[in-house]
Amino acid sequence: MTRSEVRRWITTSRDESAPNMARLLDIAQGFVAHAPACDAWTLRLIAETSDHLEVRQGVVEPSLIGCSLGAMITVVEGAGSGYAAASDLSPSGLRAAAERALDWARVHARLGLFDARLQPPCTTVADYRTPVEEPWESRALADKLALLQAANQALEIDERIQDWSAWLTQRRVEQLLIGSVGARVTQVLDYVHPGLQVVANAGSQTQRRHGGGADGGLQGGLENLVRLGFLEDAARLAEEAIALLDAPECPSDVRDLILMPNQMALQIHESIGHPLELDRILGDERNYAGASFVTPEMFGRYRYGSEWLNVTHDPTLPGELISVAADDEGTPAAREVLIRAGILERPLGGALSQARAGLPGTATSRASGWDRPPIDRMGNLNLEPGQGSLADLVGQVERGILMDTNRSWSIDDSRNKFQFGCELGRLIEDGQLKGLVRNPGYRGLSAEFWRSLAGVGGPETLGVGGVLNCGKGEPNQAVYVGHAAPPCLFRRVAVFGGGE
Amino acid sequence: MTPDAFFALAERLSAGLTGDEVLFCNLGGEVSDFVRLNRNRVRQAGNVRAAGLTLTLIAGARQAEAAFDLSGDPEADLALGRTLIGRLRERLAVLPDDPYLQYATEPSTGVTCQESQALPPAEEAVATLIEAAEGLDLVGIWAGGLIQTGLASSLGHRHWHERASFNLDWSVYLSGDKALKSSYSGFDWNPDVVHERLRTMRAGLEILRRPARRLDPGRYRAYLAPPAVEELMGMLAWGGFDLRDHRTQQTPLLKLVRGERAFDPRITLREDHARGLTPGFTPEGFILPPSVTLIDAGAFGDCLVDARSGREYGEPVNAASGSPESLSLEPGDLPESEVLARLDTGLWIGHLWYCNWSDPNEARVTGMTRFGTFWVEGGEIRCPVEVMRFDDSLYALLGTRLEALTRERELRLSPETYEGRSSASALLPGVLVSGIELTL
Repeated sequence: MTRSEVRRWITTSRDESAPNMARLLDIAQGFVAHAPACDAWTLRLIAETSDHLEVRQGVVEPSLIGCSLGAMITVVEGAGSGYAAASDLSPSGLRAAAERALDWARVHARLGLFDARLQPPCTTVADYRTPVEEPWESRALADKLALLQAANQALEIDERIQDWSAWLTQRRVEQLLIGSVGARVTQVLDYVHPGLQVVANAGSQTQRRHGGGADGGLQGGLENLVRLGFLEDAARLAEEAIALLDAPECPSDVRDLILMPNQMALQIHESIGHPLELDRILGDERNYAGASFVTPEMFGRYRYGSEWLNVTHDPTLPGELISVAADDEGTPAAREVLIRAGILERPLGGALSQARAGLPGTATSRASGWDRPPIDRMGNLNLEPGQGSLADLVGQVERGILMDTNRSWSIDDSRNKFQFGCELGRLIEDGQLKGLVRNPGYRGLSAEFWRSLAGVGGPETLGVGGVLNCGKGEPNQAVYVGHAAPPCLFRRVAVFGGGE
Repeated sequence: MTPDAFFALAERLSAGLTGDEVLFCNLGGEVSDFVRLNRNRVRQAGNVRAAGLTLTLIAGARQAEAAFDLSGDPEADLALGRTLIGRLRERLAVLPDDPYLQYATEPSTGVTCQESQALPPAEEAVATLIEAAEGLDLVGIWAGGLIQTGLASSLGHRHWHERASFNLDWSVYLSGDKALKSSYSGFDWNPDVVHERLRTMRAGLEILRRPARRLDPGRYRAYLAPPAVEELMGMLAWGGFDLRDHRTQQTPLLKLVRGERAFDPRITLREDHARGLTPGFTPEGFILPPSVTLIDAGAFGDCLVDARSGREYGEPVNAASGSPESLSLEPGDLPESEVLARLDTGLWIGHLWYCNWSDPNEARVTGMTRFGTFWVEGGEIRCPVEVMRFDDSLYALLGTRLEALTRERELRLSPETYEGRSSASALLPGVLVSGIELTL
């Protein structure tokens, strides 16, 4: 793409529905006019706006309006690549950033792990906008605060409730990616995250419940309040927190386990998603996030789980956190099967890692913001539905436990030995749900756990959510990751409760 | 950004205030080089220049905040700041009074600029590391440059804290997950330190080559080196000392506070603001005391009290937040040179990893061993061990099963970079315990 073609595209693609996109286009135009002299470059501009409202114990916490704008420039010169990020978006500021990126490209050319020309040039042209039914701005601040106050009142049901809060977080990310060989991708991602927290205490026993959207997240606008059951969750959460105070401890033995979708999200995330990341398999993350028990030769033959296990990278599911048109390097996003009927087929990783590893991958090279370079991440990583209802799964269990809402997560650096804790457990006896148990946890080995998968709920049980704080990378980056899963049944799992 | 430029921007923003409005401006910025390495080669290298300003507009008993990235153009930054103040003003008209609003009404000043005398160009430091690690499978990161924090208010507060520092954090792999970890961080670069640490690691790799021992779950005598102790302190920092967590019964140290459990009397833990690596002021303009004793001879001491919690619960402000950033654990009397002999038979745990609460009501923590963990017999390191999961209470590890703390301590500068380069640190001894529960 020539400079004049870029200019023409920029001037004809202004999008009034994305308030900052016009400014990003202007900045890009200025950059293109003085683009760095190198073999290839990309410019990724991000304007992010946010708003956070919270009411705790009936008191409005300080609200925070966020407004971020910056650029990430990457360059390839010869065998080297480098990057520079800056919030000085003036033509001189961007030129200076490009020079710093070129300095690092020269160092990389001399001392680099690979030839930077392995990175395929990006020519993608794509646009994506989150479908929003009720924009954040459509309701007045006073209305939002009144809603949060109503949720607070619904949470405060007993003197044993020690703390309670409700919040609404809005976030809009407008991103423009252009490249020297034709890439031009605009994406506008809208999020509204509601959430509830309630804390109950009796003596030295404290129990928490989260919900109303706090245990996941979706793209969209204020319609997420309904989708995530914001207000109607409040009374149930408070009642459960109180009930857990007097519930018996979760038993410590081996029994069947049903995980609800919000805990399945963590289980998939930690023991399928991270082990399948190509940069971990290539060793990039070994000093921090770790490596993987998965090795390149396993793809196409390794039995990761039972026949019930079908896992996809799916950026096309409407409303899921990372439904996009392209990743942050401009690779077009597409649905890919990673595990089919339990057999491992494909890793997670962007174009560069695919070239380094000689393996296929996914369009999941992502960055947490304008100040971080893309690395291999999960996008939307989903466990495909099976059949039947939650009651059907419970009916298959003679002696087991159902666990709901993650509260603790830990796994080894090869992503094998894991331990999770949940906020709420419920005994299952002879195919029936029974009483609550508190402080439920379970542990196992990834390589064995998924082979004990014995049932997956049908499409009507699918829960769409994810995590908002996936941490990885050096320098560190925390990103959103989408996960969709039905409730799932696992046989003979080591479970335990609280106490010394 | 320079202190003068920041103070000038704050002054111009404050000039537009009306009536009883008060404005606090908090700046956080960095100029950093980040160089990732894998297999002793550069994986990804770049530079980040970022500066953000948080505005807190107060009118009477109401407050609201806005944050934005500074472009470096004074006029553009002023214009955006004024626009945001306008939005905050509209918001304040809707918001109710905030009963927990608290800020320092008396202006104070302080400027700390400690630029390094010997911070090298990043490419030179990385080249030194690669040369010293010739033949090794090294993976890690160089993070270095300037970190700035500023506070200015319409009441006259003027504070600036600036440090140039580096944090070289790396590990050397033998095969699979067999690896040793090291770091070199500070303010004055000396390449000899890198060479010396890599020589030590090469010797350690020889032990790592021995067949790894697989342990069964159970209780094992163990020595936790300072990096492993740092992970446990990180758990305590997660809700252990925040005043709000205490008053709402959420703290994992609830049983300690209620007198149902205790740490060993040799456990004394302080938040040492006086170390000076973090700003000595809070975003609301309060000046921090030199030190806060969090655990005093095994019993709970004081909470960390930020401005908001201080107002809510009627306690004096002693911290910028409820999470410690400059921890200091008192040393013991065990010379480091005698650790192996005192351990005799058990585990030498170099690092712990991925800790989380297993049961916070019991201060029970789970996590993994990682990096340089060895089996010791007869006071000698015998072989590496395969990674193991532990699940144990801090009331045991720092209480009933604590045998000794080392006489020497290690100052550990956080390599964390999630919200920019961290300036947190911890001064920690090693810990000898009669048992740690391994579960998987």
